[in-house]
Amino acid sequence: MRTYLDFEKPIAELEGKIEELRHVSDASGINIVEEVSRLRSKTERQLRQTYAKLTPWQKTLVARHPDRPHFSHVVAALIGDFTPLAGDRRFADDPALLGGLGRFRGRPVMVIGHEKGADTEGRVRHNFGMARPEGYRKAQRLMRLADRFGLPVLTLVDTPGAYPGIDAEERGQAEAIARSIETCLALRVPIITAIIGEGGSGGAIALAVADRVLMFEHAIYSVISPEGCASILWRSADQAAEAAEALKLTAQDLERLRLIDGVVAEPLGGAHRDPEVAIATLGDAIERAFTEVAGTVGEPLREARRERFIAMGRTPIA
Amino acid sequence: MNWLTNFVRPKILALVRKDSAPDNLWDKCPACERMIFHRDLEANLRVCPHCDHHLQLGAKARLALLFDGGIYERQDVRGVPVDPLRFRDRKRYGDRLREAQAATGERDAMIVAAGAMGGRTAVVAAFDFAFIGGSMGTAVGDALLEGADQAVARGAPFVVVTASGGARMQEGALSLMQMARTTIAVDKVKEAGLPYIVVMTNPTTGGVTASFAMLGDIAIAEPGAIIGFAGARVIEETIRQTLPPGFQRAEYLLDHGMLDMVVHRRELKERLVRLIGLVMPATSSTALVPVATAG
Ligand SMILES: [Zn+2]
Repeated sequence: MRTYLDFEKPIAELEGKIEELRHVSDASGINIVEEVSRLRSKTERQLRQTYAKLTPWQKTLVARHPDRPHFSHVVAALIGDFTPLAGDRRFADDPALLGGLGRFRGRPVMVIGHEKGADTEGRVRHNFGMARPEGYRKAQRLMRLADRFGLPVLTLVDTPGAYPGIDAEERGQAEAIARSIETCLALRVPIITAIIGEGGSGGAIALAVADRVLMFEHAIYSVISPEGCASILWRSADQAAEAAEALKLTAQDLERLRLIDGVVAEPLGGAHRDPEVAIATLGDAIERAFTEVAGTVGEPLREARRERFIAMGRTPIA
Repeated sequence: MNWLTNFVRPKILALVRKDSAPDNLWDKCPACERMIFHRDLEANLRVCPHCDHHLQLGAKARLALLFDGGIYERQDVRGVPVDPLRFRDRKRYGDRLREAQAATGERDAMIVAAGAMGGRTAVVAAFDFAFIGGSMGTAVGDALLEGADQAVARGAPFVVVTASGGARMQEGALSLMQMARTTIAVDKVKEAGLPYIVVMTNPTTGGVTASFAMLGDIAIAEPGAIIGFAGARVIEETIRQTLPPGFQRAEYLLDHGMLDMVVHRRELKERLVRLIGLVMPATSSTALVPVATAG
């Protein structure tokens, strides 16, 4: 069963009809094959029209789509010999933030990212991708490990934000995020970030202070959720669509603001319609990003990373 | 680049926040709700004489409190605040900026200053909560970077006093990027072998806490200050539980190992001077050097 978003209603109806026709017997007298192909092209047209002009709020919904490829899907498709590594050595292992060693197109890498979970049980287990301090401390540990062995780091960002809970605050959520940023900045190995779904605030940038930051076409990256922003600035979460617009949180906006380095195309109708193709395209973009930064290593690479972030916002945007 | 520096020579009343209120007015303590004679409150560094509650202290009063004789040299921060997203909620961000500038007389939420503290040069960056809730946008990132460069250039300790509601939403992802930029500033000071000391005051939350505020070599907080990552309301809505008493207060953070000490405002300067003296024993190179106009 496909999950449709509200604005996908016309698409849902067309695909519903196609599904119905498949179960109708030939005796009904309709040329089913012809009708199905007519509906198919209509669906495609509808998808093309809808997805060509998604509003920032609609993109937010696509970025959060439950069927969207998550960390585990990307890792399964792109990382060979993936060997998860667990725990922060201080308190616990956080299932909301995963990581491990593996091979990306043959080369050993460290992969770290948020996991939202694929079904209800998974989502609960992974806390909807909202990491606790131990998650960020595991990320720091794995980054330092990568640095020690000269392994490039790939981070996959997909989180509504760091977990807002009593335990998280007591164990130093803020400190854990701050140290993660510090650790990203300390790396003498390349670090590439791909924002594959939701890049929610501090919990996202904790893994995204990178040499190259890529975003999926319908991913979002924001300082606050549109709902949170609306409830503060508009005094009502109902204005989330307006807030999404104002926050400039789409991949296209962020590329224009020069805060990210590339937008990765998604299949028609979003990554969830064809995860395999989406992930393969992402893999090519990640490979290009690693190639781009491959010429610099060690201290100069670290210095260049710093300069990139210092320069942000200083160049006027056309 | 124009690096004009202004000399600030506060009068006796320098510790008084720029304030149009006449001296004969009364303030109400937000904690004990008792009335305090305005002049008494200012004379007491804006600490309630009845219950010791620490009210917010403006950036200029804070600098006057920390520097010897209340004398410091302001450092110009490059660039001017802009409205990169042309953000508009119920109000234009551009208008909010102009209003905050008119109300505070400041360009943005952070002031950077250099001067003598206990006879030795120090660089201090202080938040002005009155400026859009001390929120962190590009200008605050720039101020931290400037303060760090000044500290490194002078071989001086860098003290940062926080009072911030977090990121400045009106700058969108650009405000988020300040978490990285301010961390770079802190790293520069640490790499130069200089102490970076944070003083967290009420409130210090969100992206400010989750970046430079939590990276201090030494972490100090004022009594009762709210310090945290997520806002109390967001946490309550998420977990649907009542928060424990004292949650996210300075004393609570101290209990949970997140701070080195909670220091009364009256003792803050003395404590900073002592700490800096311990981590940076005075030598000819670290003794007071006259503050020169940077080129
Ligand atoms: Zn009181």
